[in-house]
Amino acid sequence: MRGLPLPLAGEGWGGGIAASPTARVERAPTRIASIDAIRPPSQAGEAKGNFPQVVVAKEHNALLLYAIDEAAARAGLSIGLPLANARAICPELTVHDADETADRKTLEDIADWCDRFTPLVALDPPHGLFLDITGCAHLFGGEAALLRTLCNALARQDFAVSAAIAATSICARTLSRCVCGTIVADGEEADAVAPLPVAALGADDAITGGLRRAGLKTIGDVAARGRHEISARFGARFTTQLAHALGEGDAPISPRKPPPDYIVEKRFAEPVATESTISITLSSLAAMLVSAMDRQGKGARRLEAAFFRTDGAVRVIAVDTGRPVTRAEAVDRLFRERLEALSDPLDPGFGFDLIRLSAGRTEIVVQEQRDLDATTHDNDELSALVDRIAARIGGKRVVVHLPEDTHIPERAALAAPAQHHLAAATQAIWPARAEGEPPLRPLRLFERPEPIKVPFATVPDGPPHHFTWRRVTHAVVRVEGPERIAMEWWKRSGHALTRDYFRVEDEEGRRFWIFRDGLYERELRDEEGEPVPASWYLHGLFA
Amino acid sequence: MNGARMSTLASLRGSIERMETHGDVHGPDRVALGHRSADEMLRGGLALAAVHEVFAEGHQGAAATGFIAGIAGRIAPRKPLVWVRQDFAEIESGALSPGGLAELGLDPRLLVTVRAADVEAALRTTADALACDALGAVVLETFGEARQLDLVASRKLTLAAQASGVTALLLRVAAQPAPSTAETRWIVRAAHSPPAAPWSAWGAPVFDAQLVRNRHGPVGRWIMEWKCDECQFSEPASYPQPVAAIPAHRPHQAAARAGHRLAS
Repeated sequence: MRGLPLPLAGEGWGGGIAASPTARVERAPTRIASIDAIRPPSQAGEAKGNFPQVVVAKEHNALLLYAIDEAAARAGLSIGLPLANARAICPELTVHDADETADRKTLEDIADWCDRFTPLVALDPPHGLFLDITGCAHLFGGEAALLRTLCNALARQDFAVSAAIAATSICARTLSRCVCGTIVADGEEADAVAPLPVAALGADDAITGGLRRAGLKTIGDVAARGRHEISARFGARFTTQLAHALGEGDAPISPRKPPPDYIVEKRFAEPVATESTISITLSSLAAMLVSAMDRQGKGARRLEAAFFRTDGAVRVIAVDTGRPVTRAEAVDRLFRERLEALSDPLDPGFGFDLIRLSAGRTEIVVQEQRDLDATTHDNDELSALVDRIAARIGGKRVVVHLPEDTHIPERAALAAPAQHHLAAATQAIWPARAEGEPPLRPLRLFERPEPIKVPFATVPDGPPHHFTWRRVTHAVVRVEGPERIAMEWWKRSGHALTRDYFRVEDEEGRRFWIFRDGLYERELRDEEGEPVPASWYLHGLFA
Repeated sequence: MNGARMSTLASLRGSIERMETHGDVHGPDRVALGHRSADEMLRGGLALAAVHEVFAEGHQGAAATGFIAGIAGRIAPRKPLVWVRQDFAEIESGALSPGGLAELGLDPRLLVTVRAADVEAALRTTADALACDALGAVVLETFGEARQLDLVASRKLTLAAQASGVTALLLRVAAQPAPSTAETRWIVRAAHSPPAAPWSAWGAPVFDAQLVRNRHGPVGRWIMEWKCDECQFSEPASYPQPVAAIPAHRPHQAAARAGHRLAS
């Protein structure tokens, strides 16, 4: 990595880490950071000191306060108060409607941004996050420095942040609700949460109220009572929560994304925005990733590049491959194809300060013995080509064809993504053609049979003499048929009329595959049993 | 003139010679269609590692598809075939059916279809695919006039084909022939089935193939029948040949004009 004209600051997780669960157990004890971020409703700037602002949400047909700012709190308002009462207390109130979708989106954006600290980020709605920072803190200068970085960055974006680090997620959350910036060493949870009020536990109002009525004001008071008493009065669930808050046992957090198998990343002291720097960085990251995977004999099936912008926006670009990728040039090329073909190009804004490449899904690569003939090489080349095209125009647009066990023409072949079914397609068994026969199936098949106009047929069951397709009338010179194809009656899916297919040639020598939908007199009749005229369709074109 | 200069001159002459005959490097690599007189006219068959164009009117798309599938089958019966098509072509003349390919005696297992949204994406993909030497042939199917398929684009395709040895086949339905660097250019229509008793309806596909451009020889027009079992073109046994006099107006001029060939 030396010698490149890049403003390299540090290199995150060096050569990539294997973040498997077993590895995490060995790295005891677990450390969880809990963040509680609320954006005050004000966009008004200076005026907010004078005019209290609140957010209201409708609950049981009444508008209740959902969130309040500092000025409103000073005026004596509290969350859960009806809006009418709040207006009575404080007439100069500015009211905003709650937008839960936007809240959720903001929380997810913050979670995306937090991905830079750890791959294990869990949402804790409505406005909290859990970060499993086990083994990550030293990369950011220790837990205190990490917490400071996090809080400062969020505070700069106008969030009211409160965060804490502890060994269990519930303990960290309890602390973050009351004391911002607390870091609790392993085993000292009980002492840390003891002086906090019971409301910090986040149990529902009935329990909190009940505890208060019983004279148990702090968590320490509750912990001092026998657990069976608490369970009998407030339920086993609350006891478990209490135990977790005291550091006895832990509830697992559920991260938003499965942790990738390998991660490499590059941090920049100065944000980078030029395309050349980005592509050089991606190439060098690809080389690091591949060498890390290579040591364990793995190849990547899914790759993700994440671009962290200085203003907090994160863009993730993923590439899937049909076969495990083991070459850095292949990774590099796939991303180049993908980036070039993006419909909304990568917007560096004020620049990226972190670029990360991760292998989301990996497979063990079996080194195949090369045959003397070139088939293996050809297959590798073909699947590499398919991956490149798929990266450019999308995996669903590159297809191979698999035979289906049905005699209904439009379902006889299944188009499947080539990335995943290439091997299956090369070994598929297609029905053999009849020797000496002319083609019985058309070369071009319409996905939906196109309606044609047939003025009359000599005999009701017979082929037409003329037909009109796309406003052109064709005179039928030669006919072969009918070939009767009955629908699959055991699948009652809508339309199920028997089709009589004819292969016809017109006066110019063009050949068509047309069919009459339904059998005369047996299927084609109305409710009274009177025969109705048949409809004709063109289904395909012969060469 | 000293020896060093002489050798420099000789090497320069050699490189000029190589440049001028570059188009003929793959000269001997030809594949016979199976149709005797057409193969004679083409000096042994269609050149590999080159671009061939097949034009057809809008309503003759299926015949041209059959013709181009036949050529692809002749070129590389055991190698994968990449068929790049525009979304619009499928709406107009139907999707290429693997069952139909199998009925023509070709192997649908070797078919990879690329569904490109527009001509730009299709061209780009074709150029990518041409660079992959594991393929036998790449078919690019477009419907209607394609402005993007100009002289520059076809030159790029020709260079890519020459570099990898993969043959590019352009199926241009409902388009007018325009200048390109194609090795051969065909206009294909469906032909009548050979006259026969009315109860034996019709047999193998028959094409009316008109060769309108041939970089290395004269042009002509033939009725070709595709033999599904033998997987080759042939002259129909009982057909009132030929449909038109063969216009053998173009002399053998390849050798004379090898150096300064103009695209036409």
